[in-house]
Amino acid sequence: MRLHINGEERELVAATLADVLRELGIDPAVPGVAVAQNGAVVPRARLQVAAVAEGDRIEVVRAVQGG
Amino acid sequence: MSQTRSQAPARGEPGSQLSFAGRTFRSRLLVGTGKYKDFEETARACEESGAEIITVAIRRISLERGTGQSLLDHIDPAKYTLLPNTAGCYTVEDAILTARLAREALGTDLVKLEVLGDPQTLFPDNRGLLQAAEILLKEGFVVMPYTTDDPVICRQLEEMGCPVVMPLAAPIGSGLGIRNPYNLRIILETVKVPVIVDAGVGTASDVAVAMELGCDGVLLNTAIAGAGDPIKMARAMKLACEAGRLAYESGRIPRRLYASASSPLEGVVGSITP
Repeated sequence: MRLHINGEERELVAATLADVLRELGIDPAVPGVAVAQNGAVVPRARLQVAAVAEGDRIEVVRAVQGG
Repeated sequence: MSQTRSQAPARGEPGSQLSFAGRTFRSRLLVGTGKYKDFEETARACEESGAEIITVAIRRISLERGTGQSLLDHIDPAKYTLLPNTAGCYTVEDAILTARLAREALGTDLVKLEVLGDPQTLFPDNRGLLQAAEILLKEGFVVMPYTTDDPVICRQLEEMGCPVVMPLAAPIGSGLGIRNPYNLRIILETVKVPVIVDAGVGTASDVAVAMELGCDGVLLNTAIAGAGDPIKMARAMKLACEAGRLAYESGRIPRRLYASASSPLEGVVGSITP
């Protein structure tokens, strides 16, 4: 499945957002991580059940140093 | 020679603390965590500054590098109030999504709202700021808006429900200091919510000037992180913030053009009186 993740195009086999993160090697349990799908934030507790579809725009962010 | 005592400050009771949205802080200094050499230096500078509120940014995780080390491994969330920002956002939509992501990422309703209008000066797009603030306030965010030192915009942000306003003193990271103390004074007389000077501070005296004007707090980052010795500068900023606040609460003497002797004028040895 073709997904747009953090502005990059990726071909993944994922069925849910949790799968996407696993395939990318990103641990959603790490403090300060959050995910949005097509412009809407998906709560951490829903990552396991949030299905992904062809062409989805996914943002995976974290808290970093900044002013 | 007796002199009339100066007036008590107009804003805030002496010894009062920075307070907004049901939260109270002993320190009136807020610091950013950007531009440090490493996480350890960031943590030490935050500690030394005495700040209780520290800002963080929200950024995409690199798909190549993964999560790796996190700032949050070095900053104790139990010790600090984390204030996520929407730095780098040039549209209302981006700022709103970033704020919502920050809420999910950090479990906080606080957001330092930036909607930028120009990449060279990083001046805010106040029209976008007002739009984004209105939406986020309706969603229950505690919106702390980074704005220009415009008393009318600050009043509008207050009327909208922002519990603080954060006018810039000079462009972000410029270190130019308090460029328009008169506007800050007008803002202080215009709004009732705390006024936190955000951006432009270069050194300790700038912080002191802002606090002596009666500002309720100062938010800074580059002035510490970019200093030759950031840890020492963090302490300088802490002391300047406290000194400036004490001076404000004390009520400074009025400026006068001519001298006023500190020693008694009577009983001077000698016979010549000009």
